[in-house]
Amino acid sequence: MVNKPGKASILAAQDDWNIQLDSHGRLKHFLTIEGLGSEILNNILDTAESFANINEQSVKKVPLLRGKTIVNLFFEASTRTRTTFELAAKRLSADVLNINISTSATSKGETLLDTLRNIQAMQCDMFIVRHNDSGAAHHIARNVSPDISVINAGDGRHAHPTQAMLDMFTIRRSKGHDFGKLRVAIVGDLMHSRVARSQIHALNTLNTGEVRVIGPKTLIPMGIENMGVTVYNDMAAGIKDADVVIMLRLQKERMQGALLPSEQEFYAMYGLSREKLRHAKADAIVMHPGPINRGVEIETAVADGPQSVILKQVTYGISIRMAVMSMVLGREAQSDSRPADEAKA
Amino acid sequence: MKGQGHLHIRNATLINPANSKTDTGDVFIVKGKIAALKTPPAGFAAEQTLDAGGLSLIPGIVDICARLREPGAVHKADIASECAAASAAGITTLCCPPDTDPVIDEPAVVELIHHNARLAARSRVLVLGALSHSLKGERLSEMWALKNAGCIGVSNARAPVINTQVLRRAYAYAANCKLTVFIEPDDHWLSAQGCAHEGSVATRLGLQGIPVSAETSALARSLELIAETGVRAHFGRLSSANSVAMIRRAKQDGLNITADVSAHQLHLNENDISSFNSVFHVLPPLRSQRDMEALRRGVTDGTIDIICSDHQPHDADAKQQPFPGAAPGVSALDTLLPLVLALVDAGELELHTAIRALTCRPAELLGINAGTLEAGANADLCLFEHNCDWQLDENTIQSRGKNSPFIGWNFRNRVKHTIINGALVYSVS
Repeated sequence: MVNKPGKASILAAQDDWNIQLDSHGRLKHFLTIEGLGSEILNNILDTAESFANINEQSVKKVPLLRGKTIVNLFFEASTRTRTTFELAAKRLSADVLNINISTSATSKGETLLDTLRNIQAMQCDMFIVRHNDSGAAHHIARNVSPDISVINAGDGRHAHPTQAMLDMFTIRRSKGHDFGKLRVAIVGDLMHSRVARSQIHALNTLNTGEVRVIGPKTLIPMGIENMGVTVYNDMAAGIKDADVVIMLRLQKERMQGALLPSEQEFYAMYGLSREKLRHAKADAIVMHPGPINRGVEIETAVADGPQSVILKQVTYGISIRMAVMSMVLGREAQSDSRPADEAKA
Repeated sequence: MKGQGHLHIRNATLINPANSKTDTGDVFIVKGKIAALKTPPAGFAAEQTLDAGGLSLIPGIVDICARLREPGAVHKADIASECAAASAAGITTLCCPPDTDPVIDEPAVVELIHHNARLAARSRVLVLGALSHSLKGERLSEMWALKNAGCIGVSNARAPVINTQVLRRAYAYAANCKLTVFIEPDDHWLSAQGCAHEGSVATRLGLQGIPVSAETSALARSLELIAETGVRAHFGRLSSANSVAMIRRAKQDGLNITADVSAHQLHLNENDISSFNSVFHVLPPLRSQRDMEALRRGVTDGTIDIICSDHQPHDADAKQQPFPGAAPGVSALDTLLPLVLALVDAGELELHTAIRALTCRPAELLGINAGTLEAGANADLCLFEHNCDWQLDENTIQSRGKNSPFIGWNFRNRVKHTIINGALVYSVS
């Protein structure tokens, strides 16, 4: 067969995938968990561990990224993610610029790449990007100048890798380093969730014993079992003996698309009540990427209850984002400065 | 077109899809027609001689779906640029769907396109009229007026006709005007917002899926209405194994229908979109490997009659977007013949079947005197070289649209000369 790509283009295709890593195999961009090995994921978790200690001290600042400029480029509204990225950057002594661009503004004329080139011209080192199109972070990483790193803060339904890593960090701190003995259940709107996709990749890369996804047929995307999960449509069966229960946010607009009849019915079938939680292991932890819809996907008594680690997730989000930013931007200085040492200095 | 003298093509390998014969010989062209094969007709005096030793000669390719972007989007391409690109690709007749801007729903637009195509003096351009006014699916277009202006069929392109009563009446009215209806089956509600085949690849990438049922449910609805109204119908751009099976069954039931597939659907599948490369964003979407193989089998067994380019040239900005927001479609004139012949070289498709799907079958559908190597036929011809290695890159693409997913691919067949109406309009430099 002659009509196959030539060698050059096969390599180009691989480059498309390996765009996250530099020629030494270190993290240059952080766009998706997919394709990263457990070594890199554990490295992020270990680095975050050292930053978690800093974050518990009274002076929560290290000079690792002094002189670096980080741009929060949000094409989609966000409070929590943008704030924790900003805080993480500031604790690393970087300068932070927040730019919120509604996608309607870009559709009025300026293309996404024009916007990028303009901001790029301001000499910055890193873009933290959130965009409502799947693949937007890859698109941006492929088109920025080579000295700029891109971190994906959520692209469409595709990926939200820092959220997934802070979730892994939360699980590791609660349940220990061995993911092999854990049964993790992810519940709710899998269809529209970038968080779930990144969690699934991360859990499987870290060799989690069993990953289950639970939701109604209208919110479970076709072929998701090929990502290495078991699909359950029944909540009680799905969370039975789970060590970790991750609830996903349900957007109100799902009622309009005929995906669900009502929030009440969703809550009755899939909402995490104290009663349903009894099917999980007694020491199971309950997680949620936020913001929570109380009474829609989770009962208040569970969200605020002893098994909930939801607020810890937010706290750990800062450490994880500090870890990723320092790994990505600190590549040239990586060999001679460990974050923990810097903190003691 | 100029040059309607006597043209002598010597020593070509003549591939005649109309009778599945291949032999070596000469072709004698007089005043735009094939005058004779093998031996010169009486009084023949060659004004021009073309030595075609080592080249294969086929009837000029008839491409039944190519967007020329004029009127409405001349920043992407225009009739002159795309007719030149088509002639360089051995395509001697193009058929343009009605979703231009303004829509081809009145004679003036038909005339504008015909006029500019005449000025371009390259490939012939045929036009499909709109099935509904402004393609809105609400009122009938003036099909009789469109037919008299030269439209060879009617179509609603990919625009939906949501109201089934309107669709039924449009088919009946087209039958009344003796116009063929060209259908791109798509259920608007099932495909809305989608940009990829619903399946594990789209799920992994977080892209909104388009289920196979978006195509098959629309196809089933149209088949029922065709049977009831008796309209002559053609189904275009099939993408799924299930659609091929439905067309096969309907043909066995005696329905007067034909079908086509675009060449890229025979080579690509959902796995190709894995790196979010927006050049692979097409509609209908690239489906599974199984679907792609079923489409190839459909061509082989004749269920699918025609292979077209589904040419959709774009400017760079239209594709420089994240995958879902990028404009769908590929620039496909340049690769139509090379892609089809690559399947022949790979043993996936028989040579005459392949050439038939590019020439005489579409010519029959459009009702034009083309697609055969016989005395009396229009001298629209394509000569190509076999066994020449070349690689497609942006610079070799003749179309103004550089949005080809096949950039970097190596091909073995290349068009060397194109003759339209007896005139040599293209020779490779």
